[in-house]
Amino acid sequence: MTSRPTAPHILLVDDDEDFLYQHKVQLEHAGYRVSTASSRADAEALAADMKPDLAILDLMMEQHDDGFVLSHHLKRMLPGLPVILVTAVTAETGLSFSPTSGAERAWVGADALLAKPIRFEQLTREVERLLKAGTRD
Amino acid sequence: METLRVLVVDDETGMRLAVARVLNTYTVKPDESDEHTVGFAIETAESGEAALEMMAASAPDILLLDMKLPGMSGLDVLREIRERRLETLTVMITAYATLETAIEATKRGAHDFLPKPFTPEDLRVAIRRVVRHLLVQREARRLALEKRQVRFQFISVLGHELKAPLAAVEGYLQILKDGSAGSDPAVVARVIDRALVRTEGMRKLIVDLLNMTRIESGQKRRDLAPADLRDAAAAAVETVAAAAAARGIEIHVEAPDRAPLVADRGELDIIFNNLVSNAVKYNRDGGRVAIAIDRAGAAWRVRVADTGIGLSPEDAQRLFHDFVRIRNEQTRLIPGTGLGLSIVKKLAQLYGGDASVESEEGAGSTFTVTLKG
Repeated sequence: MTSRPTAPHILLVDDDEDFLYQHKVQLEHAGYRVSTASSRADAEALAADMKPDLAILDLMMEQHDDGFVLSHHLKRMLPGLPVILVTAVTAETGLSFSPTSGAERAWVGADALLAKPIRFEQLTREVERLLKAGTRD
Repeated sequence: METLRVLVVDDETGMRLAVARVLNTYTVKPDESDEHTVGFAIETAESGEAALEMMAASAPDILLLDMKLPGMSGLDVLREIRERRLETLTVMITAYATLETAIEATKRGAHDFLPKPFTPEDLRVAIRRVVRHLLVQREARRLALEKRQVRFQFISVLGHELKAPLAAVEGYLQILKDGSAGSDPAVVARVIDRALVRTEGMRKLIVDLLNMTRIESGQKRRDLAPADLRDAAAAAVETVAAAAAARGIEIHVEAPDRAPLVADRGELDIIFNNLVSNAVKYNRDGGRVAIAIDRAGAAWRVRVADTGIGLSPEDAQRLFHDFVRIRNEQTRLIPGTGLGLSIVKKLAQLYGGDASVESEEGAGSTFTVTLKG
């Protein structure tokens, strides 16, 4: 599916190859332009170039909290950028990592937190909501 | 010093006082080789009813229980202890240690007997025995608990490892179902391809899991027969030949003319397949795998060296544990179950040997397996 060049551009970051590809295919089918990265460093370089309209980040990459740090950096680089953070339950501990205190949440700066497994409709709903909210500003 | 609580139940005041006097100053060293000593805090009761009331609040470690009591008998108290599932070790004090009462008391859960009349030394001997038993029992419980926890941890990680590929395959099927793949054949092909790759990964995990369960339960029928390590090495090389060639990786085998070992060929195949396929998977393109088989004392030594990404010393230490996969940008796209090396080590131990790794980050790793025979 080819999207219109004016379509919103989404930066999708996850170290899980399958998650990345599946969501790229589905978001493109829904009419978005999608660029993907599988590490924090790649994502930051890509974001500086492409100036995305929205970012979807997985919490766990090489480091447990890479998603948090990436969110913080992206928000500093592109202050108006809506960020969706996707979290997963870790195999080792059975615990889910999420920012608990208000201060932590403010530092991370994510606009939405979704827990894996996420349904695609749920993700597109958040994407639409955040893009709409962004255009009203 | 650890203090164990002892409850003395006897209707004779003199007996209660005498026992308390002996045990108050007595200490036991259950194991002569360590410093651990055990002392005693004595409580007393003059009837079975009073004893049970005290025990309802908190059961003592050891109960010295007179068989013949006014009201409830010692046997009645034993029955109650069992029904209420109180955790205590009981030594029956009995003036008439007939065989029948002894059998009856044992049936109802008494641990030992102390026939009346007894000397202070008789009492100390009985107490020392019961303390030893108590500590052994405690250690056995601790080990059982630890084993359950290891098992639980294993199952919970396994559940996650099985769920992840399933979720990926479901995602791909969903894409096909809702038509997001569109009409681009390249997209459809990749969707199907990845679904198959993840299904295969799951199948390998299940095979590994079954192998491991068989090894650990010791119930697998082992077909021990004369075998040659060279054959197992050659078969493993054959298996990875195409994958290695595709990435320009050369594989060399260095072995004596014969490397005989009485072994289960299936087990040898698992060991060699794991080591050789790892050496290819974690190698660099254009790299090299060197398989060397030689004698090291009473054992065969198999070394598989690669020129791949290598490991940090910390990662090398964890590598042989269940479900340990080294997670970094270089290993992100390499499939694996996390059980292979754990299985290799367990199998090597079946042959009185072991498995180990030496590695240098960025330069390569050498895995060594020894097999006695």
